[in-house]
Amino acid sequence: MSTSAIVMMLVAMLVLWGGLALAIWNINRYTGEEPGQVERDL
Amino acid sequence: MSQVVEHSEENRGAFSSRKVFILAAIGSAVGLGNIWRFPYVAYENGGGAFLIPYLIALLTAGLPFLLLDYGLGHRYRGSAPLAFRRAHKAAEGLGWWQVGICFVIAVYYAAVIAWAARYAFFSFDKAWGDDPEGFLFGTYLQAGDPGIGLDFVSGVTIPLVLVWVAVLAIMALGVQKGIGAASVVFIPVLFIAFIALVVVALTLDGASTGLDALFTPDWSALGETSVWIAAYGQIFFSLSVGFGIMITYASYVGRRSDMTGSGLVVGFANSGFELLAGIGVFAALGFMATAAGVPVDEVATDGLGLAFIAFPAIISEAPAGALIGVLFFGSLVVAGVTSLVSVIEVVISAVRDKFEMSRVGASMAVGVPAALISIVLLGTTTGVYVLDIIDHFINRFGILLVAVVSMLALSWAFRKTGLLREHLNRDGSVKIGRWWELLIGVFAPAALTFILANELVDNLRTPYEGYPTWMLNTLGWGLAVAVILIGFLAARLPWRDTTFLGDPEIKARQDERSN
Repeated sequence: MSTSAIVMMLVAMLVLWGGLALAIWNINRYTGEEPGQVERDL
Repeated sequence: MSQVVEHSEENRGAFSSRKVFILAAIGSAVGLGNIWRFPYVAYENGGGAFLIPYLIALLTAGLPFLLLDYGLGHRYRGSAPLAFRRAHKAAEGLGWWQVGICFVIAVYYAAVIAWAARYAFFSFDKAWGDDPEGFLFGTYLQAGDPGIGLDFVSGVTIPLVLVWVAVLAIMALGVQKGIGAASVVFIPVLFIAFIALVVVALTLDGASTGLDALFTPDWSALGETSVWIAAYGQIFFSLSVGFGIMITYASYVGRRSDMTGSGLVVGFANSGFELLAGIGVFAALGFMATAAGVPVDEVATDGLGLAFIAFPAIISEAPAGALIGVLFFGSLVVAGVTSLVSVIEVVISAVRDKFEMSRVGASMAVGVPAALISIVLLGTTTGVYVLDIIDHFINRFGILLVAVVSMLALSWAFRKTGLLREHLNRDGSVKIGRWWELLIGVFAPAALTFILANELVDNLRTPYEGYPTWMLNTLGWGLAVAVILIGFLAARLPWRDTTFLGDPEIKARQDERSN
């Protein structure tokens, strides 16, 4: 692989997979309210 | 009245947690297009440089539009028609238009899943021999001349029936026990299977040649309009936005959930999977090109050609070919089923809301006719042509058109984006500013309108793939217009007296105060 291809692959991984990791970290630290009363599916 | 709202919510069903909702939304977004469309689109439009327009499209159109769907469904807590109706009396037709599109997509989408399931078994003995293309169209699909015939192909019909039985079983089980439980199992399986496929593909001779072709940047491509159109089109079509799915799913989430944070996870998971698919697919194509002694551009392709012609050739040549086949086609089946479930849920949820039907009743009322139409139209020797035409037209002049109209209507006619922004910000971990309204009301519709206009001109100038005019006029243009007419006619049907048509959020706040 050429150097430019390797660099772009790493950048894509960093941005997209890193973005996903950040997004998951963000929602895990945020304690929202889970639905407790609307679980029934009649 | 508060009892009506509570009763209605309990009866509609809900995801048991935000995690289940996110997995279901990822299951909807990650579909066949992520695996067989993104890699080739990226390769054809600047390679590594495509990352820049792709990211800009994700941030300026994809995620903002996803949040609009989330806001609408979460605020108004209903299927697409009910959510639009609660937003504004005149908006209900938009929801039914989306429902019509989903019904049409479900009819043909099931067929591709059936083909992929059959090909997973073909992988064991490489049934296609030395001629995957001849095998696909001749031996397997037994494709005749374009038209609509009733010569059934058992190899297609039987797996198609099985797909529909499985999907209807999931739908009948309900939001949590069906869709939610299936997503909790299928999405981790999909990611693990595809990662295994990528690992195997990376060990093949020539894998680096394929990756080099995919990621080598062509910076001059950034100056071409077509590349930016491709980026916005890819983001739009891969995120499952604009045709009711995310509205429906968001209505099943708890009232005080973090929707903006969830949206970021879904958006980046979808794009992250596309990158994974790009690596896996081009590593395999690199192997194919190296084995044949030709450049990658001679073997690179997308869609049905990639899945059912190129990959069988790779499976025949590669060591552990059967394993690659099972992982690849198994991934297509799992990704397809979770997307099909979300598409048909839009219709079932709408029918349940409008007619206050039971979950099983609505699932059968929607699913059985859809399955029958699907089997009659797609299980025959002419099925591949029917699929090709419907897919082409309903994506462009169905999904794309309704998305643009919905965004403009919510922004300018009904002026709901300010309210939805406040709603999303109330419990959202990531706050969105007024720029979001600008993106939704001006920028994203302008970008999508440009794509739509290009498609319209292209399709009017050149009949799609040279199919007979009557087929294009009925299955193509005719169907795209029919879903609009049927949608706005359906909106004229009255709601049941017990259906609450006000703003459920206002009612819930009043109830909280009175309690």
